[in-house]
Amino acid sequence: MTHSEPDGVPVLALEGVSRSFGAVRALQDVSVRLFPGEAHALAGENGAGKSTLIKTLAGVHRPDKGRVLLDGRPVVFHGPADARDAGVAVIYQEPTLFPDLSVAENLFMGRQPRRSLGRVDHAAVRSATARLFQQLGVDLDPDRPARGLSIADQQLVEIAKALSFDARVLIMDEPTAALTGSEVARLFRVVRTLLERGAAVLFISHRLEEVFALCQRVTTLRDGRLVSSEPVAGLTEDGLVRRMVGRDLDELYPKQPAELGEVALSVRRLTREGVFTDVSFDVRAGEIVGLAGLVGAGRSEVARAVFGVDRWDAGEVLVDGVALTRGAPSKAIAAGMALVPEDRRAQGLVMEMSIARNIGLTGLRATTTAGLMNRGAERDRALDWAVRLQVKFARLADTVGTLSGGNQQKVVLAKWLATGPRVLIVDEPTRGIDVGTKAEVHRLLSHLAGQGVAVLMISSDLPEILGMADRVLVMHEGRITAEIPRAEATEETVMTAATGRERSAA
Amino acid sequence: MTTALGGSAQQDAPAGSGRAGLLDQVLKIRELAIGAVLVLMLAATELDNGSFLSVQGIKDLLLNASILVLVATGQALVVITRNVDLSVGSVLGITAFAAGDILQGGGNPVLAVLAAVGLGIAFGLLNGLLVSIGQVPALVVTLGTLYIVRGVDSLWVGSREITANNLPASYSGFGHDGLWAIPYLGLLAAAVLVVAALYLRHYRSGRELYALGSSPEAARLAGVPIRRRVLTAYLLCGALAGLAGALYLARFGNVDSGTGTGYELTVVSAVVVGGVAFTGGSGSVHGAALGALLLTSINSVLPAIGVSSVWVLAIDGVLLLAAITVDRLTALRVARLLRNRAAATRSLRDHPAQTRSLRHG
Amino acid sequence: MADLTGADLTAAKAQDDVAAPPSATRRGGAAGLVRWDTVVGALLAILLLCSFGFVGDFGHTLNLSFLIGNTLPMALIALPMTMLVAAGEIDLSVGSVAGLSGAVMGSLWNAGMAIETIIPLCLLLGLVCGLVNGLLVTRLGLPSLAVTIGTMAAYRGIAQIVLGSNSVTDFLQPYLDFGSGRIPGTFLPYAAIPWAVLAVIAVLVLHATGVGRSLFAVGASAEAAWFAGIRVKRLRLSMFAATGVVSALTGVFWVLHYASARYDNATGLELSVIAAVLLGGVDFDGGKGTLGGAIAGVFLLGTLQNTMSLVDVSAQSQTVVTGVLLVVSVLGPRAGRQLARTVARRRSAGSGNAPVTSG
Repeated sequence: MTHSEPDGVPVLALEGVSRSFGAVRALQDVSVRLFPGEAHALAGENGAGKSTLIKTLAGVHRPDKGRVLLDGRPVVFHGPADARDAGVAVIYQEPTLFPDLSVAENLFMGRQPRRSLGRVDHAAVRSATARLFQQLGVDLDPDRPARGLSIADQQLVEIAKALSFDARVLIMDEPTAALTGSEVARLFRVVRTLLERGAAVLFISHRLEEVFALCQRVTTLRDGRLVSSEPVAGLTEDGLVRRMVGRDLDELYPKQPAELGEVALSVRRLTREGVFTDVSFDVRAGEIVGLAGLVGAGRSEVARAVFGVDRWDAGEVLVDGVALTRGAPSKAIAAGMALVPEDRRAQGLVMEMSIARNIGLTGLRATTTAGLMNRGAERDRALDWAVRLQVKFARLADTVGTLSGGNQQKVVLAKWLATGPRVLIVDEPTRGIDVGTKAEVHRLLSHLAGQGVAVLMISSDLPEILGMADRVLVMHEGRITAEIPRAEATEETVMTAATGRERSAA
Repeated sequence: MTTALGGSAQQDAPAGSGRAGLLDQVLKIRELAIGAVLVLMLAATELDNGSFLSVQGIKDLLLNASILVLVATGQALVVITRNVDLSVGSVLGITAFAAGDILQGGGNPVLAVLAAVGLGIAFGLLNGLLVSIGQVPALVVTLGTLYIVRGVDSLWVGSREITANNLPASYSGFGHDGLWAIPYLGLLAAAVLVVAALYLRHYRSGRELYALGSSPEAARLAGVPIRRRVLTAYLLCGALAGLAGALYLARFGNVDSGTGTGYELTVVSAVVVGGVAFTGGSGSVHGAALGALLLTSINSVLPAIGVSSVWVLAIDGVLLLAAITVDRLTALRVARLLRNRAAATRSLRDHPAQTRSLRHG
Repeated sequence: MADLTGADLTAAKAQDDVAAPPSATRRGGAAGLVRWDTVVGALLAILLLCSFGFVGDFGHTLNLSFLIGNTLPMALIALPMTMLVAAGEIDLSVGSVAGLSGAVMGSLWNAGMAIETIIPLCLLLGLVCGLVNGLLVTRLGLPSLAVTIGTMAAYRGIAQIVLGSNSVTDFLQPYLDFGSGRIPGTFLPYAAIPWAVLAVIAVLVLHATGVGRSLFAVGASAEAAWFAGIRVKRLRLSMFAATGVVSALTGVFWVLHYASARYDNATGLELSVIAAVLLGGVDFDGGKGTLGGAIAGVFLLGTLQNTMSLVDVSAQSQTVVTGVLLVVSVLGPRAGRQLARTVARRRSAGSGNAPVTSG
């Protein structure tokens, strides 16, 4: 394995590292070596131990066994600050900024340039930030507060932060999950510049094409153990998936043609000021309608308004021809609607509650007799659905926080399918979950459509939209700009509509 | 296309700075508004009752505010870190008695003040350790220490009482005299305020207090020594409560085991009225000081315009409610404004040509 | 609709066995550890046994009825307060609402109104006070701590405006008897009966209905609860309203029990109630706790105060004990979990080594 690695000493390496959390062995005897100028991908399904590995490199966790090597010498990071001082920059999946402080302060917190009497040199902070943004080709005002920045912009701030202390190692945990194609391209340009300057990069993504586009070497983990570490050249996507999953994968997009029934969900001229405007569409029973568009185009916002989580200012929503009250999810649920939200940890689940109670939350009426809860009925209902969706759990009374991402998503699906919905809205149903579970979710959606459920699927994953949807709606800046039937939907037609090029050409 | 994009980038820059300016302005307006209310209120009272703003009147206003300003400054430091210290009233009470006990025994006034501050620091340390090391909610812990300190105070003091007659005249004098209309206490409070403001604005550790209040998780990842900073905030808060205790003794002369009971709520009100958010990460010590000045002034204004003192408490409460309500409504408005501006600049960036042609047409 | 069977989903043998590492802040881990509310219940039992055994006057009927009568205000308000805290909110204005209710009761009595009319009016007033709190919190999205610090001052201030520094004491004897008398042949005050009824209702609502389930969900994550179709605002509003009504009721009881209506009745009651509720293991951050624990916490505090006065500990210094208990009640469970985690970790490391030594 080592013969194809570049010569010289790795900047940062793990050697035979093990780490357990209680009874869970997150990492067992794992070694990774990061070299200057090389982009190294870390592959593996959810729960394979990737996050633990990153956090060990970043000084958040300390290994139980094994060593961290910096320039070939063993080091002990006592906290994130130690790792940072050693030149290790980490960009987490969800950027962590100080919303109340200016962008410039966010970059230099704790290491601001100082002038006489140890005072912070605010002007220097500002100009250094402006310089970094200029290098990155970003137009952000250093003085604006971080509150209200888009995820893409927040990520750029994090990257500028990494640049600002000349990081020798850049670790990126799914930085592209929330980015659009052009934003990913911009990110990759920046990363390549860093590589040319001799930085080492560790990159994690569930989008395999990005691994192949950016990285020279890939390390695969499975169940906390090292599966392989090899050059990307000569590897195929299927080969990589097989290493991650440990077997051949079933078809990822098992869409079966379904018979379309009556219109189940009808959205008429829906408008929420400053967010989306004049949105109209229908979804028929048995149909999967994809809602595509760039992040920030207003897709999730439409879903939230349709379900009643947010209020709308004008228009109406009909389920089976009956108009819904605005801003009332309970009414939408009663009408037969369900929403699997974008952010499962904050919106989909009550993380501190048990699996049974999370699933039970949508069935409080169904499991109540004479005003009192029937705990047996609640448990049976939850168990039934957890088993049907093959959630991997130890006990129904365990908190959902102990489950992996893919299984958490299955609990969210179970919670909603248990209500027997006629209209199912799924918002990024497979974001951040592993390929194996992804295929399961797709099979489930296809099956539901076959049973006559009307499905509205929002996704930033274009192959998923193209593979699953009978019809694709595309949003751009809060409006629906195109409706494309399955036969005509291609990456190009969808992206054209999503970027609004069609309109400006017209 | 490229040139159009370049053009839009240039257009975007001023729009961006305008956004930040807007928020800045709102924050300044917040403090200006309190100042304006204060001035208007005092002016109106002066018109109604000509002797209100005499030299002595101004001096009384400042004297009344000084002690609250000190404690509110300390409290603001803690609230900025997304914590709270409810024990300040008890600490003020026990330190006031400690200082009085030393003076009564013929002790040096400087020693008495130092002892009060030291005792305050000790209680700050206790609170800070419980909150930062014990990782328990600050409200609960300091509610507990509120009781504990008050109880210790009662055990120690019993039914004893310190009266102004037992104190050295110089000490009481310091609590009443001043340069023209400005009492020494006011000068001291102002000095503390300026130092605290400079610390928060210009020192790394001061900025880190805002950082960890704004997002503890981000602060941890940025390597901010969270425990040490939280501990610092509590130590400073305790020290200032102790100092305020010593000054309370100088000002009022009368101290017993009940001194400072319920004071924590006045302090928290002053801080919140002054625009320091309970959610941490924003606000300033001078805002808190303005809040304190406003609250104590109202207490002086009402009797001056002939309103019975039974109204004071209700008005304080309503004022606090009004302050947080106005804050919230402004924040919602600003958020809406930002959203609409963002939408506007976004379409400007993406369709510069279109926008331009619309303008021409 | 959709009848899914396992066969419909190709069994992707998901590799999800390795769970996410428990974050350091997660509460309620460490299975096998005794629950905190049980600990408090046990402490109460031990305290009662010791008091009966070693404190001479404790077991007297008169003392027991004093104990219960003095604890009832706390016990009453603790019922809705537990639900409020479980839903992630807090109400600091309860003492002031009780005071205001008492002040209004006194001034209406002075105005010659019948007590049968006054009491409903006071409860209505409590409802209004609770609604004001709740509307400010739910409609404007303000933090309940800040709102109720404000209304705490405002309501107390209104009480002062209503009654000034007067006190009203000339209530008719039958009513006063209800407030301080006891059921013949027992040590139970009459007022314990309505309290017991309310307590049963509260336990059922919190632990055996969908409303209670929803309250915990709202407390743990309001956003997720809203996405699950729970009417978060309405639920919180109704809890504030209930707290207002019960606080007003407590104010009425206070006046009758101590035979005095003053604007400063029940000052500081909010802190003892919150101390008792937290002591009973209700999580300050919302989402966790039991009413049984809260009630045990209330009576633990009440009994402790009673016993200490019997053994001549001054009332003032009893607050030290309250404070220490409060700090211990939040530190204790955390320290316990920390310990359990360390032990578990050491044990797992030990079992990891075991095969090596045996082989």
